[in-house]
Amino acid sequence: MNLTLKVWRQKNSKTPGRFVQYQAKNVSPDMSFLEMLDIVNEDLIGSGEVPIAFDSDCREGICGTCGLVINGIPHGGHEGTAVCQLHMRHFRDGARIVIEPWRCSAFPVIKDLIVDRSAFDTIIQAGGFISVSTGQAPEANSISVPKTNADLAMDAAACIGCGACVAACKNASAMLFVAAKNAHLGLLPQGQAERYRRAFNMVKAMDAAGFGSCTNTNSCEAVCPKEISVQFIARLNRDYLVAVLKGEK
Amino acid sequence: MKLESKIPSGPLDRKWDRYRLEMKLVNPANKRKFDVIVVGSGLAGASATASLAELGYNVTCFCFNDSPRRAHSIAAQGGINAAKNYQNDGDSVYRLFYDTIKGGDFRAREANVYRLAQVSVNIIDQCVAQGIPFAREYGGLLANRSFGGAQVARTFYARGQTGQQLLLGAYQALERQVALGRCQMFPMTEMLDLVVVDGVAKGIVVRNLVDGEIRSHAADAVVLATGGYGNVFFLSTNARGCNVTATFRAYKRGAAFANPCYTQIHPTCIPVSGEYQSKLTLMSESLRNDGRVWVPKQKDNTRPPNQIPESERDYFLERKYPSYGNLAPRDIASRAAKEVCDEGRGVGPGGLGVYLDFADAIGRLGEKTIADRYGNLFEMYERITGENAYEAPMRIYPAVHYTMGGLWVDYDLMATIPGLFVIGEANFSDHGANRLGASALMQGLADGYFILPYTIGNYFASTKQVKVPTSHPEFKRGEEELKTRIGKLLSINGRRSVTSFHRELGRLLWDKCGMARNEKELKEAVQHIPALRQQFWENVNVVGEGKELNQSLEHAGRVADFMEFAELLCLDALTRRESCGGHFREEFQTEEGEALRDDEHFSFVSAWEYQGSDKAPVLHKEPLVYEELRMTQRSYK
Repeated sequence: MNLTLKVWRQKNSKTPGRFVQYQAKNVSPDMSFLEMLDIVNEDLIGSGEVPIAFDSDCREGICGTCGLVINGIPHGGHEGTAVCQLHMRHFRDGARIVIEPWRCSAFPVIKDLIVDRSAFDTIIQAGGFISVSTGQAPEANSISVPKTNADLAMDAAACIGCGACVAACKNASAMLFVAAKNAHLGLLPQGQAERYRRAFNMVKAMDAAGFGSCTNTNSCEAVCPKEISVQFIARLNRDYLVAVLKGEK
Repeated sequence: MKLESKIPSGPLDRKWDRYRLEMKLVNPANKRKFDVIVVGSGLAGASATASLAELGYNVTCFCFNDSPRRAHSIAAQGGINAAKNYQNDGDSVYRLFYDTIKGGDFRAREANVYRLAQVSVNIIDQCVAQGIPFAREYGGLLANRSFGGAQVARTFYARGQTGQQLLLGAYQALERQVALGRCQMFPMTEMLDLVVVDGVAKGIVVRNLVDGEIRSHAADAVVLATGGYGNVFFLSTNARGCNVTATFRAYKRGAAFANPCYTQIHPTCIPVSGEYQSKLTLMSESLRNDGRVWVPKQKDNTRPPNQIPESERDYFLERKYPSYGNLAPRDIASRAAKEVCDEGRGVGPGGLGVYLDFADAIGRLGEKTIADRYGNLFEMYERITGENAYEAPMRIYPAVHYTMGGLWVDYDLMATIPGLFVIGEANFSDHGANRLGASALMQGLADGYFILPYTIGNYFASTKQVKVPTSHPEFKRGEEELKTRIGKLLSINGRRSVTSFHRELGRLLWDKCGMARNEKELKEAVQHIPALRQQFWENVNVVGEGKELNQSLEHAGRVADFMEFAELLCLDALTRRESCGGHFREEFQTEEGEALRDDEHFSFVSAWEYQGSDKAPVLHKEPLVYEELRMTQRSYK
């Protein structure tokens, strides 16, 4: 199949970007979306042009490195699929595809389709952990966790930190990301000691990093490649409220 | 070069205790005076960074990804082994030690492996305390499953995302230390050289991948946790960024490289679908718990699998290895799959595939149970192939997955350059010639959480440290050499892309030094690689500039190192005139086609010393002395 691509090109964070049109020829339906871009880049290199910079690493949908907005939808809009696992069999021959980076002031563009997501690390630094140093742990089976809690914690912990939730949100809120980490740790007995403090501090860091507020449109859940549920946001709101009542500052 | 393994004396089960008793300690107040550089932020790197920072050392950690959480440990699916014996099925530290040594085909060091088995139990404790959501029974206690090469269920898992969860645990511990100001993290920064001053590792030269700036960092010790070199084959299950550069640069600065020919081919990967393929995807080994591997008994069978009656199927693993069946170790299962495909009985396009069938398990346990166990893997399979594995069997084929070889280290995990420590997949130490499933996560975390924090302290306390500033001429020399190399790569302006060279090198290695190797083809490879390397340096086209984010340039530097490293790998494979584990030489096999070791002549670790670009490397041998176990012919029948 042959496709027309409209791709965001931006030299660096200081230079304004623009859309540039490219042709993707002889695309196989079994290719992944990123392999299609690889082919386009090989052609660009062949003609001495600078290839399109885009992020990816594991290409198995688990590292969270890749992230493109395809025709307005982060990761391209296929249920539970990161863009590296999106295959070209979902596109029509002759289609026109618009490819953009995540758009959010807390994720500035570094080059072309690559953005700086270090704000997510900053949020984790604020409280996305259980404070236990190496060697301090008790015997593993001395901590009993009901299976349903462990499973729910795992649902939340599956977040890959790609940032699609932010890219989809009209307010560029990082609530789903924060809520997932808050639920993962807060659902487990090991995470109780810091539960409210964690919720409060992560939300504070999220606000400070320039992410917007949540207005419950649920677009984040719709695009999440790990299908993290917005119910965790309700839990975060509850934990945050308790934290405020407990006097966290 | 002298290889001193520094294994403590005394009985095997007391060696590590004895080491800890006899090692020298650094006073808590003095720890912050020691600067440690950790390169890599996967399981080994992140756990080491966190643990060293908790102890009070001044740590800086570097990774080429945009966040330490993205290191490739994240993609490990199946699980992590530990000798907890929670299932009451006869496991013990000794059994885990024995299985690992046997799985590695008696080519690993006894003392290191025993220590690994000992600390495995602490890892699970630590990870649970960090909040890793391991699978649990209804009673609230931890669940286990079995994995290849073992007859006990000792594998702990978090669905099919165990690596992700363990890495996030280590990453969170690391970020906690960043917040406390005890360590500094440099993401999107690639180590491109090691700086050695007066024979001691004193720092690294890095390139900032965002703006292209070259900079030096000095420290009292450098820890490499930079993973394996599987991407030398181009197509592998490794992430796109995985590379040999850090360890290879250290090799060129004097660190011995051990057993580079020990590469693991994983039996259960999704087969290659076309020329454009950028990487291969693993289907977790855990699937072999319930999936049955088969091919048709007859050649050139084009019937769909569900039309092939039971009597015409060959469940070749169950037939050849009745006691382990589908859970035979990886090297053995991979070779068996290659064998049936070579006989023309392979399935799918090109006949390069075998079936992994869940029909029996679904019939016995129901679709829901199978979905609970492997749902995400079935989804992944469908996403990539467009096929539903609940209805028709998966098609799988072996692919390069892990590398047991790596920089040579002693019992302290220190390379032949004092002050240079190597942990995780980047070192060679624990898996011998073949790694068992769920042991990579165990080793990465053992090194980072429980071994390096002790041995590095012993190094600081027992040697005199001289601070070397980055203004030292050796740092300047490293920076200048790097700038020259980058300038050269950018100025060739040839006609071929970096990827096309990488693909060609990978295909050459896979054909000549893949699942089965022989003298003739290895000699051809050793001849052909320098010619390809020369073409690369004459005809590669790296577009763009050095002082900016330039992915072609990053890739070019890594491929340039692979071009040299591949030759070392083939040379090692040529020199090792025996078959063991993942290294199968066709000339050396038993009548049944199994790997035939030669313990009399080859029970040693090959450690290669660099001699300069125009000279052949020198082979040093560390004899493998087995005090506890007797080397036997490995049997899984």
